[in-house]
Amino acid sequence: MMLVLLITVLMAGAVVAVLAGEWNRNFPRWIALVACVIGLLLVITLWAGTGHSVADSQWLMDYRKEWIPSFGITFHLAVDGLSLLLLALTFFLGVLAVLCSWDEIRERTGFYYFNLLWILAGVAGVFMAMDLFLFYFFWEVMLIPMYFLIGIWGSENRVYAAYKFFIFTQASGLLMFLAILGLYFIHGRDTGTYTFGYFELVNTVIPFKTAFWLMSGFMIAFAVKLPVFPFHTWLPDAHGEAPTAGSLILAGLLLKTGAYGMLRFVVPLFPEAVKEMAVPAMVLGVVGVIYGAVMAYSQTDLKRLVAFTSVSHMGFVITGIFALNELALQGVVMQLVTHALSTGALFLMAGMIKERLHTRDIEQMGGLWSPMPRMGSVGLVFAMASLGLPGLGNFVAEFLILLGVFQAQAWITVAAASGLIFSAVYSLRIVGKIFLGPRKTMETVPDFSPREMLIMAALTVSVVWLGLFPQPVIDTAKPAITELVRFMDVQNTASHDQSYVK
Amino acid sequence: MSNNDFNSLMPLMVLAGASVLVMLLIVARLSHRIIQLASLLLFVIAFASLLNIREMLPYQVGSLFMVDSFGAFMIGLIIFSGLVVNVFSYIYFQEKEEGPREYYVLLFLCTLGACVLAVSNHFVSAFLGLEILTVGLYALIAYLRKRNHSIEAGIKYLVLAAFSSAFLLFGMALVYLQTGTMSFAGMAHVVATANVQPFLLIGLGFMLVGLGFKLAVVPFHMWTADVYQGAPVPVTAFIATASKGGVVAALLRFFVAIDGFRSEQLQMVMIAIAIASMIVGNLLALRQKNIKRLLAYSSIAHLGYLLVAFIPGSAVVPQAVSFYLLTYFTTTFAAFGVITILSRAESDAEELEHYKALFWKHPALAGILSVAMFSLAGIPLTAGFTGKFYVLTTGIGQGFWLLAVVLVLSSVVGLYYYLRVITTMFAGTRDLLPEPPARYPVFLGISMVVLSVLTFALIWLGIYPDAVIGVVQGLQLK
Repeated sequence: MMLVLLITVLMAGAVVAVLAGEWNRNFPRWIALVACVIGLLLVITLWAGTGHSVADSQWLMDYRKEWIPSFGITFHLAVDGLSLLLLALTFFLGVLAVLCSWDEIRERTGFYYFNLLWILAGVAGVFMAMDLFLFYFFWEVMLIPMYFLIGIWGSENRVYAAYKFFIFTQASGLLMFLAILGLYFIHGRDTGTYTFGYFELVNTVIPFKTAFWLMSGFMIAFAVKLPVFPFHTWLPDAHGEAPTAGSLILAGLLLKTGAYGMLRFVVPLFPEAVKEMAVPAMVLGVVGVIYGAVMAYSQTDLKRLVAFTSVSHMGFVITGIFALNELALQGVVMQLVTHALSTGALFLMAGMIKERLHTRDIEQMGGLWSPMPRMGSVGLVFAMASLGLPGLGNFVAEFLILLGVFQAQAWITVAAASGLIFSAVYSLRIVGKIFLGPRKTMETVPDFSPREMLIMAALTVSVVWLGLFPQPVIDTAKPAITELVRFMDVQNTASHDQSYVK
Repeated sequence: MSNNDFNSLMPLMVLAGASVLVMLLIVARLSHRIIQLASLLLFVIAFASLLNIREMLPYQVGSLFMVDSFGAFMIGLIIFSGLVVNVFSYIYFQEKEEGPREYYVLLFLCTLGACVLAVSNHFVSAFLGLEILTVGLYALIAYLRKRNHSIEAGIKYLVLAAFSSAFLLFGMALVYLQTGTMSFAGMAHVVATANVQPFLLIGLGFMLVGLGFKLAVVPFHMWTADVYQGAPVPVTAFIATASKGGVVAALLRFFVAIDGFRSEQLQMVMIAIAIASMIVGNLLALRQKNIKRLLAYSSIAHLGYLLVAFIPGSAVVPQAVSFYLLTYFTTTFAAFGVITILSRAESDAEELEHYKALFWKHPALAGILSVAMFSLAGIPLTAGFTGKFYVLTTGIGQGFWLLAVVLVLSSVVGLYYYLRVITTMFAGTRDLLPEPPARYPVFLGISMVVLSVLTFALIWLGIYPDAVIGVVQGLQLK
């Protein structure tokens, strides 16, 4: 019931916000804030309440209700450690997104917060859905409000970016839907029960060739969302044009749904095909790491620059996922969380600078440290986080991924590790261009307001905490990860048995 | 005819009687308002008479009609369409220069024709129904005779519909030549026992051409955009829904009876038509700047989607087709309803440009139009998604992967222009559309209620379609 509450509190908040917006344009932001805080508190109590039982079973909570029984569709939500972490991230970033829009959005606030909360509801649903139809449903629910968010409140080129975002994700999503339907019918034919339930479909035996095609359907949706090179072209546009909160949610949450989808669906549903695909996928990941970093270095638009760093960081994620061992997967989970924090912080900062200087062009910035020492130091922290400085969360994540990948494919690790050097180059360029050097404008720019201070403090504390004491995250994710690895091993031994028989 | 025969055809009789009654009311020189309300009442009575026949289904009337639950469902949909069109018509026609009263007579006749098609079980009744429908439409399309495009559209439709009727008749004649009977049941018997003879196939091919014109599927779609644009908006809504629904029902009944799905040649032709409609419809819609033309091309694509549910020929086909038609009708009415309300005496609200900033001026109307667009695009939370899901499961369930993939890819193309409508509505701050007419508060109120109900239905079907799916799964085609 609590899981349903997580979604309904957001959806109800959204409706109330849009109605209250007719009344007074300050109400919606308070309503949105309250809705997100309630959600965050619920997740924290859930996490605290199940802290000790995490080790026993993978699944912490479960809610199931018939939805469209004539097609075997159920409203099935469940949460394990992986979902829980990502849910906590969702609500945490949700609170920050509301706070960072506090003064930025002055037009049509009701509809703005409606969209914001609705995206969060969709993302939360994606992280909990255990029915493939329901999953697809939530997957799509988050698209429309995001389209509105970019298309209405974005900057100059917003309409183009909104179209591109929507059409890329929708097209790939529909291909996934075809794959879901294919899986549904294969399972139905084999067993006689037609169902979209995850736990039933996981046991489907699929001929290899079919499995490959179905997996491609899933993979393309997740690869576009993640994004994997060469499906990333929507991302710089969408990030660049979206309002600050939009970029924050895109980078922090929407990209994570792609990685989550791979971990939750692609690997367990098609273990054989995944193994076949592992090396090409890892190579694509490494290409993404390097390509993203090089592109980031050559950008002059601050938001596009940060967007390309996301491509680079997400390259680590896909490389880690397809290494298919526990170390790498733990690293992936860490990377999902820390990337959301560090990149989210960089986007927030880009938004704050834009509010002050009215530009995203880093050639027009420079020397901002002296008027804004607080922003400068926080910016330095997150640039360091992005380049993987030990002591900050991203280091733990990328180190674990590289360790895990080394066990699988040593040479790929060598190439991927070079990404760390590239990331140092572009991160230092961010700091150098924005905060150091001669001042380009003589306008007076105010430093952080208390609200901005609060946002950045929350992010800084989290990223340092994750860097120094990552164990709680690792422990929480562990059951889900070991289950995943065990699943792959079972498949391994099964195929070995077959080969003995031959 | 026995009592029961009369009872089972009661909806048709009410419709036929209604057209005569409205004619008498016109003779009595009653006002537009009274005639409109009387027609509304008569539509409601016709709809209510359907409830009466629920108990006796399926029921065969002579050899001409077969009133089964599928037919009754289709009749219900068609009468409902007539009712909605009727509601939207008052505001639209009241401001126009021509006398709007005869319009209602024609509307009843067209509805009657479509209903006859839906239950016909014989070539004679099918052709009769089709002609009642199309002859009425000739006049309806050209009704606003002082408008530039009206006469053009009327003539175009007249020529092409007459042409396609000729094809249809010739096809029927060839089929009759080969089978020696005109009733579907008789034909089924002959087809099942004998080998497929060449004239039969040729005849079926000719019939497909004729019906293809009525359904506006590629390559018989050329008239669609011009007719949609030239016809008055409520009539366009009627053409998009009821007239196509009736033809689809007749086609399905005929195909199920003679088991046309079995013939590989026919199947290949239908697959080609479906794929061409999906692709061409969506591609041609991309560059349209006129929302009526845009919806015309979108309807071509949607008929293509419908064929994806039609072609597999499995037991679920009637369900999928009825469900898809239900969602498509609801969506189309929501879209055309908004266009009707925004239209003025001088011109229709058809230029997409005029919809700029509608979101901020009339959030309710813009919201309804957006939901309709999302539904046409097949986005979850709306009826269009559930409909598309049903169609895809029907296609994939029988292994028609090619059709499913084309459907998905072409609907991605479709997304672009549906989004364009929505983007236009929230772009800019300058608005070009005047206020909805406040002069007819009662009818504006009724229209808004109907629109809200349609929108609610769209979302309800998108979120919790189980009840309706249950109804649709109970439908039987004898």
